[in-house]
Amino acid sequence: MTSPARLDLDPELVRTARRLARHAAAPVVSIARRHTTVSVERATLRLAGLSGADHERVPWVNHLVTAVRDQVGLEHGVTTPVYDALLRGDADDLTTLAQKASSGNVSFRLPTGREEQAARRAAARGVGVGLKRIDSARRTRERLVSRLGDPRQKPWIYLIVATGDIYEDIPQAQAAAREGADVIAVIRSTGQSLLDYVPEGATREGFAGTYATQENFRLMRAALDEVSKELGRYVRLTNYASGLCMPEIAALAGMERLDMMLNDSMYGILFRDINPIRTFVDQRFSRQIHARAGIIINTGEDNYLTTADAVEAAHTVTVSQLLNERFAKEAGLEDWQLGLGHAFEINPDLPDSFRLELAHAMLARQLFPEAPLKWMPPTKHMTGDVFRGYLLDGFFNLVGAMTGQGILLVGMMTEAVVTPFLSDRDLALQNVRYVMNAASGLTEDFHPPRDGFIQTRARQVLGEAVELLERIVHDSDPSGDPPLLAAIADGTFGLMKRPADAGKGLEGVVKRAPGYDNPAITALDAGVPAPKVTAPKGGK
Amino acid sequence: MSAVIRPYGDTTGDGMVQLSFTLPVTHDKRAEGAALQLAKKMGLDPALLVHAKPMGSDFTFFVVYGSVHHLVNLDEVVVVEREYPILSAKEANAAIRKHLHRRLVVVGACIGTDAHTVGIDAILNIKGFAGEKGLEYYSEIKVVNLGAQVLVPDLVAQARAEKADAVLISQVVTQKDAHIHNTMQMSAAFREAYPAGQVPILVAGGPRFEEGSEAKLGIDRIFGRGTTPSEVASYLVHEMSVRKGKKQP
Repeated sequence: MTSPARLDLDPELVRTARRLARHAAAPVVSIARRHTTVSVERATLRLAGLSGADHERVPWVNHLVTAVRDQVGLEHGVTTPVYDALLRGDADDLTTLAQKASSGNVSFRLPTGREEQAARRAAARGVGVGLKRIDSARRTRERLVSRLGDPRQKPWIYLIVATGDIYEDIPQAQAAAREGADVIAVIRSTGQSLLDYVPEGATREGFAGTYATQENFRLMRAALDEVSKELGRYVRLTNYASGLCMPEIAALAGMERLDMMLNDSMYGILFRDINPIRTFVDQRFSRQIHARAGIIINTGEDNYLTTADAVEAAHTVTVSQLLNERFAKEAGLEDWQLGLGHAFEINPDLPDSFRLELAHAMLARQLFPEAPLKWMPPTKHMTGDVFRGYLLDGFFNLVGAMTGQGILLVGMMTEAVVTPFLSDRDLALQNVRYVMNAASGLTEDFHPPRDGFIQTRARQVLGEAVELLERIVHDSDPSGDPPLLAAIADGTFGLMKRPADAGKGLEGVVKRAPGYDNPAITALDAGVPAPKVTAPKGGK
Repeated sequence: MSAVIRPYGDTTGDGMVQLSFTLPVTHDKRAEGAALQLAKKMGLDPALLVHAKPMGSDFTFFVVYGSVHHLVNLDEVVVVEREYPILSAKEANAAIRKHLHRRLVVVGACIGTDAHTVGIDAILNIKGFAGEKGLEYYSEIKVVNLGAQVLVPDLVAQARAEKADAVLISQVVTQKDAHIHNTMQMSAAFREAYPAGQVPILVAGGPRFEEGSEAKLGIDRIFGRGTTPSEVASYLVHEMSVRKGKKQP
C-alpha cells in the first residue's frame, strides 16, 4: 500500500507542539505520582486476586479498601496493612479478610521494620500473580494473532454492540464479526462511569449499554475467540476504561485479554465532571496497565467536536491528541498502542466541508505517523434523514480510505434515530467495503498542492494548536496549580470549567505518604516486558 | 382544495410509498413471498419487491415499493399549536427587563443516569443549535448548566441557591421509560421543596417525551427533537409574563 499524501508542515513547529505538550503534562504527572485513589488501591487488590461481592453486590475490594482507609488511611497504600493482617493470621485469604473486615472484625495497623518488609514482600508476590496473568493474556493474544492473522485490510472495521444484556450482545457481536467487523466494542450502560465500584458477574440489565464486569469481559472474549477461529482472523474486543473505576477496569481488561480500551486523558474531567486530580492519578495507573497488557487505547477527541463547532474547534482536537500522546508515552504506551481519536463532524452545509475534513484527517495522520488513529463517524449532523446520512457516512469512509486511518468506527445512517437495525449495520458495512474497494488506492494519486486549500488549512490548525498549547503552559490560578489544571479550571477547553478542587470522586483522592508502597505501581514503573507490535500502523 | 390526500410518488394520487425491512428467514423464493405478503397486509397493493438481499444465513433485507390504498384526511389531523410568539434575543431581553426588572435565572441539567448533554447544551451553551445562539447568549438570562447525571436533590438545591425562575432538564438516552420516572421524580421534588405557586417553571426536553403529557409529568412544558434556543427562550418569557399576571410582550 502506498503511503498517504504528505503535508508540508514546518518540522520546527511540530517539535514545538510536542515540547509544549510535554511541558503541560510534566507537573500533572508529578501530581499523579504523589497521590493515590481508592480506585487505584482497589485495582491493586484485584490484581492480587480479590474479586466477588457481598449479597448486596458491593464488591469485596470496596469493603477492604474502605476498612483499611477508616482504620489506618490509604496514604501508605492498601496492600501493606492488608498483607500484614494476612501474615498475622487474621484470615487465610483476601476474600475471607475482606468479609471479616466488612463486619468490623479485623484491626489493621501500619507494620514497621521487619514486619513491614515481610508484608511488602507478600504483597508483591500477591499482586505479581495478577501482573503475570496480564502478561500471559498478552502472550495469548500475540499467539492467536500470529496463528489467525490480523484483518486483511486497513483501517480495521470497528462496530458497536449494545443491548444491555451480555447474552444478547454475544450473538450480535459474533454476527457483526461474521459480517466483517474486526473490532467489537461493547458500549457500557449509561451512568457506569460515575459508579465508584465495578459491578460483579454476568449482567442482563443495562441502560443503552451493557455493564463492564469481569465476567462480561470473559464471556465476550471467549465468544470472539470462537468466531475468530471460524473466520481465520483475530477479532478484537473493546471496552471503556474511563470514569471513576478506570484503574480497576483496566486491570480486569488486562487479565481478561481485552484488546482495546477507550481511555482519554481529560474526557472524564470535561464531560463527566470527575475531579481532575482523581482523573490524572487513575489515568496514569490505567495506562500503565494498558501498556503492560499490550492494549491499544482509543482516545475521545470526537467529543470536542460534538460539543463545539468542528471547524472552530479543530485545533482543540490536535491539542488533545498531543496531550494524550504525551500522557500515554509517559505511562509506557508505545506508538502502536495510541488510537488517537478524531471525527468527521463538520457541518455538511458548510462550503468545502469535505476538503476541511480531509485537511484535518491528514494533519492527524501526519503528526502521528506510527499511531493507529481512530476515525469516528458523523453524529452531530445526522438528522434523521437516513438517506442523507448514508451519503455522509460514505464521504466519511472516503476520508478514512484516503488518509490511511488505523481504526474506522462504522457510521450508521440511523445514528440519533434508533439503535441500529441489523440491516443498518449490513448497509453500513457495504458502504465501507464499497468505498475501500473503490477508492483506497487514491492515496497514490492524491497529493494536495503545497499552497492549496488543504495544506493551508492543515498548517492553520497546527498553528492554532500551538497557540493554544502556549496559552495552556502559561496559564495560572491563585492556588498555584500546574498550568494545565489552571487551564482546565478556567474553561480553556470548551465552555467547561473544572477546578482541581471540585468534581466527582474527589473524596477518593489521597496524598501518598513518604512510605507509600504499591507493588503494582513499583512493577509497572519498572517498565513493560518486551513488547511485540501487532497494531495496524498508519502510513505503511 | 380537498382535505383528503394520498402519498405522492410521481403523480398526484398514485399513493406510492417505499418501505424497507428485514425478515428473520433465509433468502429464497418463499422469503420474497413473505415480504410481499407483509407489504399487502400493510396496505401496499400492488406491491413491488425491488430488492432482496441475504444478511447472513438467517435474515433477508427487502426494499418494497407500492401504492397504498389509505386516504389521509387533513381535517382529522390534530396538532398542538404554539400559544406564544417567537421572539428574537433582543425582544426576549427587552421583555425580561420590562417584566422582571432583573435577569431571568435558568438552571439546566441532565438528570438520572443520562450522560448525554447534547440536548441541554444545544439550548443553553452560547454555541447554540441550528444557527441560533443558546440562552447563555441572552444578556438578560443567567444560565447555570449543571451538566450530566445530576441528582434530583442536587438540582433542587442548586435551583434554590440560584433562585431559579426556570429549571430545564434533558433526557436524551432513556430505556424502560426512565425519562418519565426521572421527570416525575424531579417535579415531585420541586413541589415538595417550594411553597405552592412558587415552583420555578419546569421544562423537560428530549426526543422521547410524548407531546401533551405535561400534566402527567407534573411539569409546565415539554420540548421535543429539533427545538431551538429561541423557542425555549420565547416560551420562558411568555410563561414568566403570564405568571407575573401581565400582558404578553
